[in-house]
Amino acid sequence: MSFVEYGDTIKDGDTAIVFLGHESMFPVKVQHGSVTQTKYGVIRHSTDLIGKKYGSKVTCSKGGWVFILHPTPELWTMNLPHRTQILYSTDISIITMMLELKPGSIVCESGTGSGSLSHALIRTVAPTGHLYTVEFHQQRAEKAREEFREHGVEHLVTVTNQDVCKNGFGVSNIADAVFLDIPSPWEAIGHAKSALKAEGGRICSFSPCIEQVQRTCLAMEESGFTEINTLEILLRVYNVRTVSLQIPDLGKAAEDNSSTGFDSGSPSHQGSLCANLQQGTVQFKSGVPLREVVGHTGYLTFATKS
Amino acid sequence: AMEGGPSARIREGDCAVLKRDEVFKAVSVLRRRKIIFEKQWFYLDNAIGHIYGTTFEVTSGGNLQPKQEVEETTTETKEAGTDNRNIVDDGKSQKLTHDDIKALKDKGIKGQEIVQQLIENSTTFRDKTEFAQDKYIKKKKKKYEAVITIVKPSTRILSTMYYAREPGKINHLRYDTLAQMLTLGNIHAGNKMIVMETCAGLVLGAVMERMGGYGSIIQMYPGGGPVRAATSCFGFPKPFFDNLHEFPLSKVQSLLSGTFSTETLPADPEENALGEEESNGLSEEKQTALQETGEEPATEAPMEINPTEEQDTMDISAEDVEFKETKEKENKENVREKQIKQWERRKKLKEAAALLREKNADGLIVASKFHPTPLLLSLLEFVAPSRPFVVYCQYKEPLLECYTKLRERGGVINLKLSETWLRNYQVLPDRSHPKLTMSGGGGYLLSGITVVLEKDKSDSSNSEALKMEEPSSKRCKLQDLPC
Repeated sequence: MSFVEYGDTIKDGDTAIVFLGHESMFPVKVQHGSVTQTKYGVIRHSTDLIGKKYGSKVTCSKGGWVFILHPTPELWTMNLPHRTQILYSTDISIITMMLELKPGSIVCESGTGSGSLSHALIRTVAPTGHLYTVEFHQQRAEKAREEFREHGVEHLVTVTNQDVCKNGFGVSNIADAVFLDIPSPWEAIGHAKSALKAEGGRICSFSPCIEQVQRTCLAMEESGFTEINTLEILLRVYNVRTVSLQIPDLGKAAEDNSSTGFDSGSPSHQGSLCANLQQGTVQFKSGVPLREVVGHTGYLTFATKS
Repeated sequence: AMEGGPSARIREGDCAVLKRDEVFKAVSVLRRRKIIFEKQWFYLDNAIGHIYGTTFEVTSGGNLQPKQEVEETTTETKEAGTDNRNIVDDGKSQKLTHDDIKALKDKGIKGQEIVQQLIENSTTFRDKTEFAQDKYIKKKKKKYEAVITIVKPSTRILSTMYYAREPGKINHLRYDTLAQMLTLGNIHAGNKMIVMETCAGLVLGAVMERMGGYGSIIQMYPGGGPVRAATSCFGFPKPFFDNLHEFPLSKVQSLLSGTFSTETLPADPEENALGEEESNGLSEEKQTALQETGEEPATEAPMEINPTEEQDTMDISAEDVEFKETKEKENKENVREKQIKQWERRKKLKEAAALLREKNADGLIVASKFHPTPLLLSLLEFVAPSRPFVVYCQYKEPLLECYTKLRERGGVINLKLSETWLRNYQVLPDRSHPKLTMSGGGGYLLSGITVVLEKDKSDSSNSEALKMEEPSSKRCKLQDLPC
């Protein structure tokens, strides 16, 4: 397994994802002799994991069971240990497409943070591309290096511990794309420009505050970037539910019949609408929005170097 | 690919995208071919050899000329007003008439100059606020300074173009939704992907771009053959198509039940289309004509205009014996050619079937006009366990049903029904705000991960379904039942 190549069976040294149920999962480092505690009991790596097919159901010591999944950058994003606020797959998706990333692309990123975006970028540019990622916090840079090693992608990424605003990305004139997620991106625009290839490179800056965006757009314009465009994207998830609504009692018109508007014999039996006159309810399927959703992550500004 | 190397240059035969502000149009780069774009007529000949991303002006002769970088003379603090309380919009503030402006254009006066003339002849210009003046200038520039940028096609460019110009052809799949699919589906080099789409080949192209020529794709198609009009716009190098296979949906059931045979092939669309010209040429009328028939063949090889056949129809009146003999020989060749073609098609079909039978695909992408449920239920059989799948639907309701059926089937986890909300912004000093119009909807996605499907569907799948379910909120316990 690696984050850039699928494998079929679980091997010693793999990072696997243990899936317990709805939105309940965690990563595990597979190792001979290790055990992992779950609420369903113990998982013994040597007997329960190694050699098994990814996607298998594993029964734990207490009788409950879990699924073992092959890691992907998306699953990693949902389960990685946070050292900083991270980018989620919704933003990562549009960033990847708008920066026109693909196998062979050379990308520069700062700051590395917790490596959420980094893993996704590495996956996209593999096997012939490269990610140059810059992190000014020494321990975070080291932790990122460690994780890339464990995940089998170290050959695709270079982590540099420096301040991108002062010292840039460490490369010049070769990047197809640059991504900035730092407090003062306008200070790094010049360095971004020099890291980018001569013509046609793409840049993206992510900032939570509109004031940061304004400054960054100005800096981009002054540096000669074109096609400057700012957007935001939000995910809306729906829970699929069968809903039952009560039919109100409107009394009777004449002595015998009471028409509720929902006659059981009527052609309104569309499959989606089902009246249960006995219980006085109507059932239908609905995609119900969540009660609380993410309302803002950050503004994404894209531009082209020409 | 040309990553990090010298920038790509526009070549004859390329599919290029013309861009003017937010408007895009895909065209074939061909010499002496008149192009109409944004009310302008021109030839692309002069663009050949320039780097992609170059901006051009249209000369009076209909030729393209690279636009010189003009240093915008920093205007001395011009006279400006404070608000519009005294500005009356009576339509009479511009002193130049339509004819005056036309005369300027005919004289060959550059757009920049025309804008300057309009400003000077506007009685209200100096009363406008600085912002209003800015807006006025931008508007006039947009109308009279027609610059066109020629950009290299990519998923970003083409998905934006299709959504703006021909959303019906792509089932109203908005570009950010497509972006989600590519990421949720973990599309990357080396995958073995199954793609089923009726989006003119845009989704296929996007998948191919993210796979970079590595791995393999089996495209499932309805009817006679897959539509790949958009795919050819990407300009992928030929090797990318070596591992692109196709398989007819009409054979899926037989494949799943083990009764598949290549004896009855779907109708050969190439035979029907013989005599039509240029499949890959993207000149407007032909392009739309082809797309509307819906019977478009796989477009790797351009459709043949069989030269001998054409000659036949022209010389039919000549009753030479010699002519008859050559005609018979040609007919025999045609028959043999057709037989070879059939044999090749059978061979390809068998290859695709073999790939599917392995049931180890790394992912499934569905984006079509068809109801998603039957597609998912059948095509998931070909996907390995612990792999992502993503289904797009223009409407939410079919995905509700799909979700339910998948829960019943089992073998899937992490099911999620979602859509993305997208908003563009205008960012200017003291004038930053969301843009005034936005898309009302970009379609819906149902995504999930496969797991090992257990054969016996007794208690285990029920408890599985319950465990996979999101807990109902306590307040609505009486009304909501998990599906």
